[in-house]
Amino acid sequence: MGKRIGTEVSIAVAEAVKLARVDVISAYPITPQTHIVEDLSQIVANGELEAAFIPVESEHSAMSAAVGAAATGARVYTATSAQGLALMHEILFIASSLRLPMVMTVANRSLSGPISIWNDHSDIMAERDIGWIQIFGENGQEIFDLTIAAFRIAEDKRVLLPVCVNMDGFILTHMIEPIEVPDQELVDRFLPPFEPAMKLDPANPVTMGPVGVPEIYTEAKKQCDVALTNSKPVIEEVLQQWAEIFGRKYSLIEKNGTESAETVFVTMGSLGETVMTAIEELNAEGQSVGQVRIRLWRPFPKEEFKQAIKGVKRLIVIDRALCPGSTSGPVAAEIKALLYEESEKPEVINVIAGLGGRDVTRKDFKTMLDMALKGEFKDDYTIWGVRSHAE
Amino acid sequence: MIETRIHGRGGQGGVTSAELLARGAIEKGKFAQAFPSFGPERRGAPVQAFVRVSDERIKLREKIYEPDIVLVLDPSLLDIGNVAEGLKSDGLVVVNSSESAQAIKDKYGFPKVAQVDATKIALDELGVPITNTTMLGALLKAANVLEVEDLQGAIEERFGPKLGPKNFAALQRAYKETEIA
Repeated sequence: MGKRIGTEVSIAVAEAVKLARVDVISAYPITPQTHIVEDLSQIVANGELEAAFIPVESEHSAMSAAVGAAATGARVYTATSAQGLALMHEILFIASSLRLPMVMTVANRSLSGPISIWNDHSDIMAERDIGWIQIFGENGQEIFDLTIAAFRIAEDKRVLLPVCVNMDGFILTHMIEPIEVPDQELVDRFLPPFEPAMKLDPANPVTMGPVGVPEIYTEAKKQCDVALTNSKPVIEEVLQQWAEIFGRKYSLIEKNGTESAETVFVTMGSLGETVMTAIEELNAEGQSVGQVRIRLWRPFPKEEFKQAIKGVKRLIVIDRALCPGSTSGPVAAEIKALLYEESEKPEVINVIAGLGGRDVTRKDFKTMLDMALKGEFKDDYTIWGVRSHAE
Repeated sequence: MIETRIHGRGGQGGVTSAELLARGAIEKGKFAQAFPSFGPERRGAPVQAFVRVSDERIKLREKIYEPDIVLVLDPSLLDIGNVAEGLKSDGLVVVNSSESAQAIKDKYGFPKVAQVDATKIALDELGVPITNTTMLGALLKAANVLEVEDLQGAIEERFGPKLGPKNFAALQRAYKETEIA
């Protein structure tokens, strides 16, 4: 079944999109997403994929074309990063409120300024409330798998929402590592052709995206919110089917390390792997430390998260984005709000780490644990690794 | 797990060295990661690339700070910074140089040195002073990472039917001519 290859993860993502038999790719190149769309344009030009590749003049147009194409019932893919995602901003809300399935890879990169092409999560966190399903992957295989699964999730008639798959820019996009690439036949079995619930068709005219007057706007937003919340069991179901066919199981929240650990690191994205190694080493030293990795960011898997941290004394929540002037980073804010109603809740320490491509290492996590145990985190949140007092 | 840090100058193909090593390892059923020092490439500027090869799944997303092996594609880099920074106490430095392995070891105090005149080999075999594939021959001679044959497929796929065999020949010759001290 399939083959195991050593490839750059971006190239693997392009392969996943090809295996998903998309109809339309509308994208504008931006570092570090570039290799994905570059490779896709080649795949289409070579005739390996029967699709329209629309080389638009900006990301605003990329998302606009994606919306238009999805409205006609096409299976649509796009990818972007940072400023590109920001330029899509207004159209991202249109895609979700029109309930148009599509898949977008975000090669996570910090938003300028200062100008930075390197990784953090500030791009997607600025788009937190776009109403899309938002998934974070930790490694190349996961990104590959989730990219294909994302189409199934988006197109499920119980969902009908766009899905964004986040992969850490450079750290994953430019990494060469082993990827299991399944046969087309198996992917076809998992992902049947897209059957839109409704489409733009001159023979059967419909209106999409009319004005939402005050009498209807609230109801429309409510429906979108309910749709996003209700997508959670479908996402679980699709990932279960993925596991049955491809043998790799992904949960919405993952947990590892010491059973009933006192201290638990919480991460999203590729940092989760470095934490895994750090806590293996810490566990070997006898430290009671574990890890919870959030794979599904929107809709937030509230019950699963609460279950995963039951009995934990202390959370060290790592955010890779800043909420300037707020009480904490976006992930920590989510968790604190979630735990407010709980009678027994852990201490929540929030560390903002890995901004703008700053490497976060095993050593950093060990130092964080050490500081947490000594009660040295005093502030609402701590920006990690600041080299001098930038005050 | 064996961690290798590659030092070269932009345009010398250090990232390709990393990639080939990782691909060779993956083809053999091992686990590997290869990645550049992220960011814009500047031709001629010192750049780094990183490779991890392991028999088990690699769960690390940090750069390599304490390498087992340092591979130096350009001899001028030895004098402008400490290429061996963080090198394990029994670590290996693989150097492209016309000086002897012993002379390099004495001059820089590296724990173990593998030396080959890769620029000369590359000029002879490829007609260009690009040493990325040649230097892999020296690395494989001095360290038990992979067999020479393990890289043949990856090199031929990467360089095609015309340049692939030439690059592999340069690698094989470097393997033979590498001195270890």
